Amino acid sequence: MIDLTPTTVAPALPPAARRSLLSRLLRNPVGLATIGFLVLLVLSAVFAHLIAPQDPNDASIQDVLGPPAEGHPLGFDSSGRDVLSRLIFAGRFSLAGAALALVIALAIGVIGGLIAGYYGKWFDSVSSWLTGLLMALPGIVVLLAARSVLGPSMWLSMMIFGVLLSPAFFRLVYASVTAVRGELYVDAARVAGLSDTRIIGKHILTVVRAPVIIQSAMVLGIAIAIQAGLDFLGLGDQSIPTWGTMLNDGFRQLYKEPTLILWPSIVIALTCVALTLLANTIRDELERSTKAKRRRRPPLRPVDVNKTAAYTHAEDLASSGRTGEVLLDVRELSVGYDQPDGTVKTVVHDVSLVVRRGEVHGLIGESGSGKTQTAWSVLRLLPEGGRITGGSIFFEGADLALEPEKEMTKIRGKKIAYIPQEPMSNLDSSFTIGSQLVEPMRVCLGLSKKEATAKALKLLERVGIPNPKRTFAAYPHEVSGGMAQRVLIAGAISCDPDLLIADEPTTALDVTVQAEVLDLLRELQRELNMGVVLVTHNFGVVADLCDRVSVMRDGRVIETGPVRSIFTQAKHPYTQSLLAAILEDGAARGDLDESTSAAAAAQHDTVAAQNAVNIGAKS
Amino acid sequence: MFRFILRRLLSGVVLLFVISTIAFALLYIGGGDIARRILGQSATPETVAQKAEELGLNRPLYEQYFDWLAGAVQGDLGASWFTGQLVTEGISSRLAVTLSLVIGATLLTAIVAVTLGVWAAIRGGWADKVVQGVSILGFAIPGFLIALGLVTLFALNLKWFKPTGYTPFTDSPVGWLSTVTLPIIALAIGAIAGVAQQVRGSVVDALRQDYVRTLRSRGLSFNRVVFKHVLRNAGGPALAVLAVGFVGLFGGAVIVEQIFAIPGLGQVGVQATTQGDIPMVMGLVVATAIIVVVVNLLIDLLQGWLNPKVRLS
Repeated sequence: MIDLTPTTVAPALPPAARRSLLSRLLRNPVGLATIGFLVLLVLSAVFAHLIAPQDPNDASIQDVLGPPAEGHPLGFDSSGRDVLSRLIFAGRFSLAGAALALVIALAIGVIGGLIAGYYGKWFDSVSSWLTGLLMALPGIVVLLAARSVLGPSMWLSMMIFGVLLSPAFFRLVYASVTAVRGELYVDAARVAGLSDTRIIGKHILTVVRAPVIIQSAMVLGIAIAIQAGLDFLGLGDQSIPTWGTMLNDGFRQLYKEPTLILWPSIVIALTCVALTLLANTIRDELERSTKAKRRRRPPLRPVDVNKTAAYTHAEDLASSGRTGEVLLDVRELSVGYDQPDGTVKTVVHDVSLVVRRGEVHGLIGESGSGKTQTAWSVLRLLPEGGRITGGSIFFEGADLALEPEKEMTKIRGKKIAYIPQEPMSNLDSSFTIGSQLVEPMRVCLGLSKKEATAKALKLLERVGIPNPKRTFAAYPHEVSGGMAQRVLIAGAISCDPDLLIADEPTTALDVTVQAEVLDLLRELQRELNMGVVLVTHNFGVVADLCDRVSVMRDGRVIETGPVRSIFTQAKHPYTQSLLAAILEDGAARGDLDESTSAAAAAQHDTVAAQNAVNIGAKS
Repeated sequence: MFRFILRRLLSGVVLLFVISTIAFALLYIGGGDIARRILGQSATPETVAQKAEELGLNRPLYEQYFDWLAGAVQGDLGASWFTGQLVTEGISSRLAVTLSLVIGATLLTAIVAVTLGVWAAIRGGWADKVVQGVSILGFAIPGFLIALGLVTLFALNLKWFKPTGYTPFTDSPVGWLSTVTLPIIALAIGAIAGVAQQVRGSVVDALRQDYVRTLRSRGLSFNRVVFKHVLRNAGGPALAVLAVGFVGLFGGAVIVEQIFAIPGLGQVGVQATTQGDIPMVMGLVVATAIIVVVVNLLIDLLQGWLNPKVRLS
């Protein structure tokens, strides 16, 4: 089915976001209108014999194609039957036919999906193959074929259409069940001795309920449309009034009485639109409540009360690097993200740092401390919704915080380059490694294809790739993670940058490869005399590579200075606890602050629980 | 690459075989007393028996099936029970008409949907909302209603196009265009809505990928990354939806042809269906299945070209 993603923007959340879906839908104007319309439609179909002015099949010769008259507000059709009465009674048959198709599709799709998803094995492949088979022919062709042998029965064709629609539910339920089946809580339920049917009912049906409701609304709309289409073609049962047979009649009289086709068209269109809008509104409301849950999560830690400036260590002349010119001068940088409710969430507060040519400046902190956000700000490549909300980024006399995007494009690559954290996701899997190296060199340095290729091969050799030609022609998924990271390093230095931003360049790699890549980075940095901002969460890497280091926490720099000085005389308790954590000395653990140890304890518990469950599942 | 094509071809042939077998069984078993149906209630038992003999209906079903299959493999799908016309002839003469509608609608869908989807994903804001709102309407309103609306407005009232009929392209390209424009638009609107949504979604996803940032960090402009890398990566999911859409367009053409009185497969289908002309219906099923298999193969090849990872799996 087609995924119609929500159209409305979620407003600020009411406190009681956990109200039932129906009451939330009724508070939504679109939801109220569509539900109201559909309820009226169903009521008029059910009570058709009470509402309709006359019997839908009562025909009178003198009223053929007659204009609206007293008691007959919509006039008469080509057989002299009352159009309004037929419209109301047609609703009864059209809706019932669509409902029949839905019930069949639900029964086959949901049950089949549950069984295939839950028990897997051969049932899995057989039913997936059957699904493919059902999708291989246009529904109307199958219905035509069925009609040729079974005759014009609306109920039969709607049952067949239900079978044809069942993959819509099968795929949905199957995907949800296979996703849920792997979840720990389902394993836990099984260990706890719950029967399969209980597990399916309790854990799995609750997961698929909402998507199934959404899909049902869509399927009803499609069934109404196809049923009207069949009847419109004159292939339906002419003895019962449906919207499709009315269309057929109207189409035949299009030249004589053009309004005749209008009424069934309007009703069909409104019904289909109402069902689709309802499906969308349900999806919106459900997404809103999950967003709400996420937002209700309390902040990890109260914001640091320590508003005072970072502990700044005195210059240590013995440490290298302090001689080069200032490359990058970040002053009181703040970064914020726009929230759906209009507020801005600040993730980096007043960060200042200076990087000189030939100097490696480490930016250390745990995840969420704002170090990567700071790095991306310097490149002006913040994700969508993020922006620099204050401060300056001076680089070669210009403030990058204010540079137009066009100027930034000239600076990136040539002056400031970037090495990302995750090697695989940072290469485009649709292009060869070579073309991803050549393209930027041609754009930034204006090289010819031949020159750029030669340089790319040289770079690949320089970063220690054993067979540069083969790697050049390879696709990213054909090389290892370590090789991919070397490729990314080659790409970063390809346009001879002055400043390199390396965002955890070794975190995703195996331990043995990490050391090699760090060595390579150090060599290249000395060779090209670059300034480097090295983002990491590892003090070992800092000790290995950096001249200076800034410790970040909650979006702030809390301590900064030469590496040696920080290691020997850490002033901030948080820095002390981080340093203590890397020492194997047991006594240092006492210095950990409360939150860190609590987190560690929690993690320990989770692992223990996981082990317990895994063991339980195996036995 | 060669093995990839071979495997897809093979699975296509298997699918064709399965579909035709099932269809044959259902049509001939479900048909009941076929000879009686052809001749009507007034026919004597003798003439009914004679007719059954003539059509070979009194032989065991598997024998009839193997006969049919042996013919089908050689490109002979039998003859119509009513007109005596060869099924292959009856279908191939109409196929070009329907295909020109469906292919035209697919091209229109691809062009408009990609433009709208990319625009909505990159502009965001009001552009996004407009595209999404229009998509919901285009998706929800049945195609044949749109066709009826187009006929009434542009052909009957404004008289810009001929309301009915079909001029072959070889006779007069301009005449062809004036007869197929409205049907193609009517067919395409629903597909455009669905594909545009998919393109929008996959462009939004592709824009969030890490390599977009990395490529930009090397000095490539946003537009360059979007048009070279993002579009290629978003192309895969969009193509998959377009393939499903193509099958849907084929079904939609049956109804739309009826509205515009276009002599395509839809007319053959409706006629054969009302008469109970089973060889013709069988031929229609096989022709449709072949087209679906071929289109899926082409889409698979395109997917392999777009994303080299697919070729391996």
